[in-house]
Amino acid sequence: MARQSKEERKESIIATALKLFAEQGFYTTTIPDIAAKVGMSVGNFYNYFSSKDVLAKELILYISEYLGKHIRVINERPSSTKEKIAAIVSLYFSMASERPEMIEYFLRIYLSNREVFGEQCEGMVCISPFITEMMIFFDDGVSGGELRDQDFFSAFGLFMGYLGGMVFLFGEKILPEPLSFYEASIAENIYRALKTE
Amino acid sequence: MPSKPSKPALIWLQGVTCNGNGHSFLNLPYLPQLLERFDIIYHPLLPSLQSLEAVSACTSRCDVLVFEGAFDPQMRRAGETLSRLVAHYAGEAAHVVAAGSCASFGGILKAAAPERSSGLAFSASEAAGPLKGQKHKLVNLSGCPVHPEWLGYTLMMIADGQPVAVDALCRPKALYSHLAHDGCLRNEYFEWKVDAKQFGVKEGCLFYEHGCRGPLTHASCNRTLWNEVGSKMRAGTPCFGCTEPDFPRRNLFETKTNMSIPEEVPVGVTKRSYLTLTGIAKSFTVKRLEERLIDEE
Repeated sequence: MARQSKEERKESIIATALKLFAEQGFYTTTIPDIAAKVGMSVGNFYNYFSSKDVLAKELILYISEYLGKHIRVINERPSSTKEKIAAIVSLYFSMASERPEMIEYFLRIYLSNREVFGEQCEGMVCISPFITEMMIFFDDGVSGGELRDQDFFSAFGLFMGYLGGMVFLFGEKILPEPLSFYEASIAENIYRALKTE
Repeated sequence: MPSKPSKPALIWLQGVTCNGNGHSFLNLPYLPQLLERFDIIYHPLLPSLQSLEAVSACTSRCDVLVFEGAFDPQMRRAGETLSRLVAHYAGEAAHVVAAGSCASFGGILKAAAPERSSGLAFSASEAAGPLKGQKHKLVNLSGCPVHPEWLGYTLMMIADGQPVAVDALCRPKALYSHLAHDGCLRNEYFEWKVDAKQFGVKEGCLFYEHGCRGPLTHASCNRTLWNEVGSKMRAGTPCFGCTEPDFPRRNLFETKTNMSIPEEVPVGVTKRSYLTLTGIAKSFTVKRLEERLIDEE
């Protein structure tokens, strides 16, 4: 088997840590747990991340960059804002279904344990790639005349709060249907709530 | 004994104007020394060798034509149309200087007859006007009004026989390459995204809510101060972008935003990189910048 590069090892630690945090919780998962699962010594792990808090910050940056990168592709399409809303909903729900540990980490660990992230993730610092793309999305929507001009966070909260809530219900196994079942109606609701009169 | 070399002959003509540029020129600290370098054939506000009536006969000497105001071809000065006066004297002159935004791009007073008025070689940023084919001899000094030092610089360069390098809109690069933002004393507030709470105070940036065009406007107002002491931003009012071809804009005291996101971002910066930077900067509260620096209560 070809030897993994340092970057690939780092990716593998990130993927493993996300899964373990989602399954066992942030505080009960230890660095030795993660190192063992990846198949490396604890000493070697520290060559990649100097502490659990540093790993925690890297994970949120990783998720934010992943989301930002995919929303940017949607933003750069020549499609209508209505179609872009449907694409963002679909992206978010696919991610929640296929890589639930990423959204779980965002909702259950990042948003619920801000003390872990402290000053290093103040405000938008760790979620900037994602927030920036959402700003571009809203700005394009308003300047193109499709969305109503309003405060950014009022619109952002409506959009992402709704998606986060649905994924939370899905995670709690409360939803009777898979997330994909709700995609079209949720995209329609978001569009109607944000569109110009 | 060799005869004294003759000075360049200067004629200052007015189109549709408020006289603002002529008055601004009077504030040049070294005006007397500058005037010494020219034969002032005609200026509407200064002692001149000839009257406007004499100049309107189109027989006067002219090496440098300064034109102030929007160009309306049908307007008459002392019985002669601007169309003929400008065609004649711009043809005679080696240099033509458009003093102010109206003469440069049409400006505010183009609105007097928008269908036929323009600047000398531009209407906004489109080529239009009597000198659109003679840009090589034109220097546009946009501004509402023109900064006296910008006129002083240009006329001194001409008097010294020095070339004046210009940008695509015929504005001197030495004066219009930087942005009005450059040298603004509020830059610390711009960096940390702290907006001014009101006009006329020393604290806060005027870009986020109060319409300041400093980061979008080519001008050196904060490098070469007005009356040697100030600029609009230093006095607590926003830059209106008066040196740009799209001046005047509407709602000058408001920043146009889409869902709290500025519609326009600083020159040369992509919106994505601007939003990334501002989102991060806004995450931090710098207490010193949130308060009055000098509490006068």
